Amino acid sequence: MEGIRTSDLSLAYDREMIIKQLGLSIVSGEITTLVGPNGCGKSTLLRGLARLLKPQTGEVLLDGKAIHTMPTKQLARQLGILPQGPTAPEGLTVYELVAQGRYPHQGFFQQWSDEDAEATREAIAVTNMVAFADRPLDTLSGGQRQRAWIAMALAQDTPILLLDEPTTFLDIGYQLEVMELIERLNRERQMTILLVLHDLNQAARYSDRMIVLSDGQVVADGSPHAVLTQALLAEVFKVRANIVADPDSGSPVCLPYRAVGAELIATPRPRREL
Amino acid sequence: MQAPAVSRNRTRLIGPSALLPVGLLVAAVLLVAGLAASMAVGAANIHISTVVEAIFRYDASLFDHLIIRTVRLPRVIAGAMIGAGLAVAGAIMQGLTANPLASPGVLGINAGAAFAVVLGVYLLGGLPLLGYGILAISGAGAAAVIVYALGSVGRGGATPVKLTLAGVIFAMFTSAFTTAILVLDSNTFDQIRFWTVGSLAGRGWDIVLWMGPIVAVGLLGAMLLSRQITTISLGQDIAKGLGQNTALVRALAAVMVILLAGGSVAIAGPVGFVGLVIPHVVRVVCGMDYRWILPYAAVAGAMLVTLADTLGRVVQRPQEIPVGVMLAFVGAPFFIYLARWRVR
Repeated sequence: MEGIRTSDLSLAYDREMIIKQLGLSIVSGEITTLVGPNGCGKSTLLRGLARLLKPQTGEVLLDGKAIHTMPTKQLARQLGILPQGPTAPEGLTVYELVAQGRYPHQGFFQQWSDEDAEATREAIAVTNMVAFADRPLDTLSGGQRQRAWIAMALAQDTPILLLDEPTTFLDIGYQLEVMELIERLNRERQMTILLVLHDLNQAARYSDRMIVLSDGQVVADGSPHAVLTQALLAEVFKVRANIVADPDSGSPVCLPYRAVGAELIATPRPRREL
Repeated sequence: MQAPAVSRNRTRLIGPSALLPVGLLVAAVLLVAGLAASMAVGAANIHISTVVEAIFRYDASLFDHLIIRTVRLPRVIAGAMIGAGLAVAGAIMQGLTANPLASPGVLGINAGAAFAVVLGVYLLGGLPLLGYGILAISGAGAAAVIVYALGSVGRGGATPVKLTLAGVIFAMFTSAFTTAILVLDSNTFDQIRFWTVGSLAGRGWDIVLWMGPIVAVGLLGAMLLSRQITTISLGQDIAKGLGQNTALVRALAAVMVILLAGGSVAIAGPVGFVGLVIPHVVRVVCGMDYRWILPYAAVAGAMLVTLADTLGRVVQRPQEIPVGVMLAFVGAPFFIYLARWRVR
């Protein structure tokens, strides 16, 4: 398995070019995290890699084959995606949601199989959602809901999973729960996982590799230790920060203490003409 | 023993419930009984046993049998068809747009179909029945395209609020033209006066036989798409991520909605609220799986229209209150309930 590779990939929203001629490869069996400031194109890139967005130029290759010419169900058996903040119709139960993950394994007339039932049951068990299986999603906490969505993606039974900010809007306890689940899926099932994360320290703690995007371009790519430097934080995230080692895991932790350019904000800016 | 054993049991229990087919069967039996009861009621009441006789041992020399066979039977069939058609169309629209207010009435599909028919009669004069059908379906299709385009303009695409506003405004706008034509042209007015408020009065075999197949094709297509609609109701991105060809599913589902709503409007005029109310009621019973929602909606929609039409014939005898008006009495409070508590 060679994983995902892009060449000359450009992605646009409403004719505005977000990702420009990007070349990238995601190694199989690793947890890779996309980070970057707001609007840098990390979510757009993730959507492009999962063919939710059509590329303007270039292509996305999965094991050497272009995903935009592949039959959609065939791709969906290889690659699962969980977009940011999905909402379920009111009243949908966890079991019903997770069962939908079996969609790419079913034909038009071929209905529910034993294999589907088994995969659904297992996905619910792995995510610790057994006790909530018959509860409607709208009655659950944010963390439980997110786990239910991840369970749906797991029922899809793909070697590759893309997740867009799976921890955003969750309390810190639920955040770690979700990240630990992701880590477990990677270690125990050798799943290739590509995440978009907002929290740099979380990204550094759980990833094998971090890719930093800025303005649609890759500006750093490597292990968390190699990527998370004072220079990069100043240049890309516009903060001065100390980098220390996490006493628990040894992964780098950044402690920002001042915005770059704070001195500019102190002096009154000229009013912009309307 | 341990917790997992208990929990595994619970997981198995909540798969497709064994009670759902039974419930559907019971509902279908109730519908048939309701149709028979409805045929017993009218300007002159006919005993239910006579109704059954007229259907199974028809004797053309008996006046009551003649009334049942030529007047009341086609009328209740027409009612059942539009009830089923509009309810299923509404359920599909709600699933497709993630909009609890979506229905052929609210999103202007019925109004568009009605306007097309009135305009056609105004311009061309009397029409063969198939002409009504073609006009209504074209009008429904045009309305669907226009409302969706209007609702999608601007940031965020077709959000529930924007789509609902676009639909309501489009419905008011076309209804204004419909009214204008009817006021200015008494000839057109005489031909389709009752039709524009939604009425089943005088619907005979001819219209049932012309429009029946259209509604039937729409219902069949909807049932075949039901599993796809459950998936797309999770949202466009999720459905695509699961490997669904969402553009194809949306297009096919839209065709079914246009056939169902257009066919229903051709039969009875723009009848509102069935498509809005029934899907919500049905979901309370059978959850979010459209393989069950759609057949349940078909049966429940047919029941509601039959009930409303029967009541409309009884409350002010010998005059009739059109079924569209009767349904508004029930539907308007329900619409307020939805708008107040269900739209986020």
